[in-house]
Amino acid sequence: MTQLPAQTTRKLGLVIDLDTCVGCHACVISCKGWNTENYGAPLSDQDAYGEDPSGTFLNRVHSFEVKPEATPAQTIHFPKSCLHCDDAPCVTVCPTGASYKRVEDGIVLVNEKDCIGCGLCAWACPYGARELDKAAGVMKKCTLCVDRIYNENLPEEDREPACVRTCPANARHFGDFADPESNVSKLTRARGGMDLMPELGTKPVNKYLPPRPKDTMDEIDILAPLLAPVATETKGFLGWLDKALEKL
Amino acid sequence: MHPAPSVILFTALSGLGFGLLAFLGMGLPDVTGWVAFVFFFIAFALSVGGLLASTFHLGNPKNAMKAFSQWKTSWLSREGCLAVASLILMGLYAIGVIFFDTKLTQIGWIGALLSIGTVFTTSMIYAQLPTIPRWNHPLTSAYFLSLSIAGGALLAGQATAAGVLLLIAGAVQLLAWFDGDKRFAQRGHTIETATGLGDIGKVRMFEPPHTGTNYLLHEMVYMVARKHAQKLRIIAMVFMVILPAAILLLLPSNHMLALIAVISHLGGLFASRWLFFAEAEHVVGLYYGQR
Repeated sequence: MTQLPAQTTRKLGLVIDLDTCVGCHACVISCKGWNTENYGAPLSDQDAYGEDPSGTFLNRVHSFEVKPEATPAQTIHFPKSCLHCDDAPCVTVCPTGASYKRVEDGIVLVNEKDCIGCGLCAWACPYGARELDKAAGVMKKCTLCVDRIYNENLPEEDREPACVRTCPANARHFGDFADPESNVSKLTRARGGMDLMPELGTKPVNKYLPPRPKDTMDEIDILAPLLAPVATETKGFLGWLDKALEKL
Repeated sequence: MHPAPSVILFTALSGLGFGLLAFLGMGLPDVTGWVAFVFFFIAFALSVGGLLASTFHLGNPKNAMKAFSQWKTSWLSREGCLAVASLILMGLYAIGVIFFDTKLTQIGWIGALLSIGTVFTTSMIYAQLPTIPRWNHPLTSAYFLSLSIAGGALLAGQATAAGVLLLIAGAVQLLAWFDGDKRFAQRGHTIETATGLGDIGKVRMFEPPHTGTNYLLHEMVYMVARKHAQKLRIIAMVFMVILPAAILLLLPSNHMLALIAVISHLGGLFASRWLFFAEAEHVVGLYYGQR
């Protein structure tokens, strides 16, 4: 049903650390790999080896440059996937009931059997988290790897979203935001986890950790004392030579 | 937003069709028999044809029946329900006036109200979306409703009323354009709020996530050249409003001139509807350094 639950028992989601993300796109690839082979229609590509390739991705890494007033510009890599919003506008607009937010864990999912591919949910999402698959004609979105996190056929350490499992920089964290003592809740508190486009009132579950402030260092030049001129007034043979040459 | 021909056709034609149905339901013009058949044929062809056109842009139209189920939250679902309800009631009314020379007045009035209601639900599909500031305003509903009613009057042969209603629709259109131009900035969505990085400094896109294009860019980051937009606005205003209103209000009424007014209105309406989509800026463009 497209009515949002008043509240969910758990609030599963991601914390993405913009300080440590190195922009390697490993999460993009592992996401595409897992979700092409598992839950729902595969994530298709069009003209993959041609001159105008495009395809469906549930997770994309943008890169931004931020220029502070006084210090040099910083490059910030910015992974973006579904934020599993508490007040998910994509769910309520769905005409068929294909989009829903689960009461038990807050994951926003698409039931592809009911999806008509009208694309209205993608219009309603401010974050570009939903993409209509061109081959299958149904809406695709991050499932928080719902087929991994509860999958008892996988070793326990693999029961987390593929993007989190693969991140070599440990910039992605998965957990339950409803539990104040969970890893993600603690990280959010400690690092000032933020919402994207908070002005739209979507109440995203996923939080982004802003880059830590750059420290500044006083200029220390250990060679400077050695390079200071030793003699202010020239003396001796070199002094005489200097003056003699000056007169020439 | 991507101006998909199917959606432009759908909103323009079904708007006209439901507008005409509303006038027919109110007994304007008061016709029976063959003449009524022609009027109802046009009205149903436009409204049903428009609805069918809207299914062309669906990725998976075989599930279309399920779209009637979520009327509690979804304006798209409400539109489907109201469209079917008004078509059924107006179908009953049409059978009465065409074949039995009987006017089911109450059914006609309810059908007329539902027809206008259908146009309102169509407008709300767009007006409900805060992600597209240009649309997210009551003026969007006013734009759809005023054009549907004016177009309905035009097709129903209500010359004077149609002339006046067209001028009203034109005024609403101007307001929607010029107010809409400012709204994205007014709402304060910027690349800084989108990324949350504004506290550090000025943000700009350094690298897009992919070298190629994607669904989001194609669907929601459509850019229209401002220069062309201004020209199209003038074309839309002249053909949709000024020319037909002048014909209806200033010239003696005859069928040939009425036909010219209808064709002119339709052409202008398509231009206006193309602009409605092409000029609408979705906030997701901010993540791609657009806007």
